[in-house]
Amino acid sequence: MPLLLRGSVELGLIYGLTALGVLITYRILNLPDLTVDGSFVTGMACAAVIAQRGHPFMSLAAAAAFGAAAGCITGFLHTKMGIQPILSGILTMTGLYTVNLYIMGGKSNISFYGQANIFSAASKLGISKLIAICIIAALSIAFCCVFFKTRAGLAIRAVGDNEEMAKASSINSDGSKILAFAISNALTAISGAVLAHYQSSVDVGYGNGMVVIALASVVIGESFPVSKGISISFAFAAIGSVFYRIIIAYALKLEVLPTYGVKLASAVIVAIAISLPRLRAMLPRGESRHSDA
Amino acid sequence: MKKKILVLIALITAISAGCTGGQTQGGGSEGSGADITIAIVLPMEHPSLAEIRDSIALKLAPIQEIGRINVVHKNANGEFSALPSIMQGLVADGTDIIIAIATPTAQAAKAAIEGTDVKLVFSAVSNPVPLIVDSLTDTSANITGVSDFIPVDEIFALAGILTPEAKTFGFVYNPSETNSVTNIQRAKDYCDAAGIAYKEAAALSTAEVATAAQSLVGQVDAFFTPDDNTAASAMAPYAQVAIENSIPLYVGADSMVIDGGLAAVGINYTRLGEITAAMALNLVDGQSTAQNPVIVVQDYSRIINESTAEALSIEIPADKLGSYILY
Repeated sequence: MPLLLRGSVELGLIYGLTALGVLITYRILNLPDLTVDGSFVTGMACAAVIAQRGHPFMSLAAAAAFGAAAGCITGFLHTKMGIQPILSGILTMTGLYTVNLYIMGGKSNISFYGQANIFSAASKLGISKLIAICIIAALSIAFCCVFFKTRAGLAIRAVGDNEEMAKASSINSDGSKILAFAISNALTAISGAVLAHYQSSVDVGYGNGMVVIALASVVIGESFPVSKGISISFAFAAIGSVFYRIIIAYALKLEVLPTYGVKLASAVIVAIAISLPRLRAMLPRGESRHSDA
Repeated sequence: MKKKILVLIALITAISAGCTGGQTQGGGSEGSGADITIAIVLPMEHPSLAEIRDSIALKLAPIQEIGRINVVHKNANGEFSALPSIMQGLVADGTDIIIAIATPTAQAAKAAIEGTDVKLVFSAVSNPVPLIVDSLTDTSANITGVSDFIPVDEIFALAGILTPEAKTFGFVYNPSETNSVTNIQRAKDYCDAAGIAYKEAAALSTAEVATAAQSLVGQVDAFFTPDDNTAASAMAPYAQVAIENSIPLYVGADSMVIDGGLAAVGINYTRLGEITAAMALNLVDGQSTAQNPVIVVQDYSRIINESTAEALSIEIPADKLGSYILY
């Protein structure tokens, strides 16, 4: 496999975990969550600090725990305090900035080259970086697929579909939302943690614009002509992320767009993909609607 | 749905078409005889960083003209999550030497060149140990570079001459900038040892720099900001707060004095770029990174802004500060 393609697949699967998280809040729960920009770096920071002390695998667990905690705070602010979901996310994200720097001991940048990380541990077992990342991605997707078929997962899906109906069926809608935010941000934090291991370093600047990147991955994944079952959606969110990385990597390499164009490109992809149904409805002929059915 | 797929297919076709175009381009440069490709990568556009890049490019230009090297420029424009892709793209393109300016860039390059024989020359990294290399002399892993840090002690000595009555310093900086945090820590160590009091104010974005400075007014006698990229981009409002409240403003980069700061003993970025380019050219000549240990640049530019000094009614004692440039 060409080097750049392999690198893009690796990075795409790593960032793909964030896409899984965003899929949960944005698509299943139907609530946009901006916490992601902060919790991604929280994951990176936990990974670096704990891996530095020689516990590479525990660092992933810690990242997940801190990410979940961040998600709980956003969920709490939204459900119990009645703050709008977007503002709740912004508040948590802003607060996380300080928390992230605190975790990193006041430093904005940490390196842990040469220390044991998950990839060095994997290579001892003869597992390459790409395979290791595939395993992590597969486990995460499998977890999501299984979880959203359990009682708690189904409750989250019910709340996302029709909150009133869910409440009427005596589902704890606030609890379900908080749980969804927690899982979403735990996945995001694991995504950041794996990236930290991949790069052997962390910088607080890495979370910028992560929400839109993840959303772009989700909508690219949704554009594939496959059935819309929940398990398929998760798999294709990760695949969408891989495609997004490949597109960005080649676009940057060939200077199709300057680096400062990445954000606009992501925003345009998301805006077009999300507005497609409306655009289609505006068309005078009903043909395209049939093809979608 | 069909349309979405069509768009996607069109995108992928465009990319693969672009790939072929790129390959022909690469072939073309090989045809011109350049067998070594050097890439210069910036994390973002910024006056000091651009000065380093321009200085490197200027020094490499004659070698480029005779066709020995091919120089490629990349800029992440603050999009850190794209840095790994940029570096992987360079490695895939067969780049021989990556000149990475600033810490996050150098770290992304280090991760991408692992297991390849691409060489990395970092520049403008304040604390390469332990962020990039294990020690300044151990550069056997295809990684070396040029480090810089501002002479904190000289800046406080200067403050002692210009504004001896200043007892408490206010540090304004962005805590998410590695270089700033490093230099602020050194400033704190210096102040603790010298018995100087200090207070801190964080500015997370250019918009917050003036506010951060304002929050210290009345509590401090002087401001100190190291070579902080955020503050450097907001010198005009920062200097205004300082001048309106008659507070001298000491900084760690000459560009910040030109933009309104009172005085600086700072890094000479042109010189830093020249040294970085010279190191890269050593590698072009066949030397190994092990033969080129990390260089710590100690060429400083000393500069005082006369109009700011006047606005603060500070007299510049020419006899004591003869080595300073007056702007």
